[in-house]
Amino acid sequence: MRTHGPLRLCVGVHTRTRPRLTIRSVHELSVCQALLTQVAEIAAGRGARVVERITIEVGPLCGVEPALLARAFAIARAGGCAAEAALSIESTSVTVSCVGCGAQSQPKPNRLICAVCGGFRTRVVAGDELRLRRVELRMPESESPVS
Amino acid sequence: MRGDQTSGRGVVIDVLQDLLAANNQVAAHNREHFDEHGVLAINLMSSPGAGKTALLEATIVALRDRYRIAVIEGDLETDNDAARIRAHGVPAIQITTGTACHLDAHLVHRALHDLPLTGLDLLFIENVGNLVCPASFDLGQHRNVTLLSVTEGDDKPAKYPVIFRASDLVVLSKADLLDVLEDFDPARAAAALRALGRDTPMIHTAARRIPAIGPWLDWLEQELGAWRPVAQSPRSMIASVGA
Repeated sequence: MRTHGPLRLCVGVHTRTRPRLTIRSVHELSVCQALLTQVAEIAAGRGARVVERITIEVGPLCGVEPALLARAFAIARAGGCAAEAALSIESTSVTVSCVGCGAQSQPKPNRLICAVCGGFRTRVVAGDELRLRRVELRMPESESPVS
Repeated sequence: MRGDQTSGRGVVIDVLQDLLAANNQVAAHNREHFDEHGVLAINLMSSPGAGKTALLEATIVALRDRYRIAVIEGDLETDNDAARIRAHGVPAIQITTGTACHLDAHLVHRALHDLPLTGLDLLFIENVGNLVCPASFDLGQHRNVTLLSVTEGDDKPAKYPVIFRASDLVVLSKADLLDVLEDFDPARAAAALRALGRDTPMIHTAARRIPAIGPWLDWLEQELGAWRPVAQSPRSMIASVGA
């Protein structure tokens, strides 16, 4: 990865800040933009101008890399109500339920067979989350939160 | 949204919303368009150079007298793939993604404005060559097909579980090279795929020189037959896959 040169973003977004590292074509930036849009809508709906913390859940099977997401967030948050927000990423683990024997087990993301009977027909019941969990807002001094 | 907790000037809001909700909404909208027009939409994914366009060219030659086909092409910079498709007399819409590593539902929706669906039977969406990013974005397709060329490693399903788990079919492309490639063992690839907890079928194709795509055409015919009578319920790339 180059440390200088043009910023190449996933969906043609341009920020005014100059990042220290170049992010080349990662979809984590698209995900960040979607996240920030959702957060901005929630903040606007509550009359808050500042977002202090955003908590998301990321499973190993959702296709998004938490470390890249955190770096993309540092770039994408600039200029909006979440410009100074912290991002907390809660990593979940994979749980599958066996269609054959019904047992639940916690396998590795690339080996999703049943740990009890070895059956390969399983259903993923956890581990594919990519969810906005919680938003912490700071309300203006003179106003009470809109409920 | 769940309940709020207030402390001082801070407000904590529990949300529990899919981060790709906006994309999934547009994907559902695209799927409605396809369903209304009776078009089976297939999202074709692979790493760069696995032979997606070559497979489509051979498919068009084999099926164009029986089915009306169109292609949406995702490409980083060029119009080359769309030009190859159009040379076979089939409409092809190019989405030039610039530096984007995947197609999303919005890009496909925009392309649909330039592509009349009326009269079509089959729409192929050739995604950007990449085994990571396309896996997370539902486009509105009915089926996901992932190509694994035999010039790659046979452990790719273990390395890229998200995309292979989301696949309805895995195509071992360039299979005519198996005789000269000692490293690639189709049985190992099948085992790695099966370890992802799904009974995903895997077929062999060769699209160049003497095309041998019979199993692929059979699968397409079967899906066209199975799909036509009833519209599909919405699916998410990530959430709805499983046994």
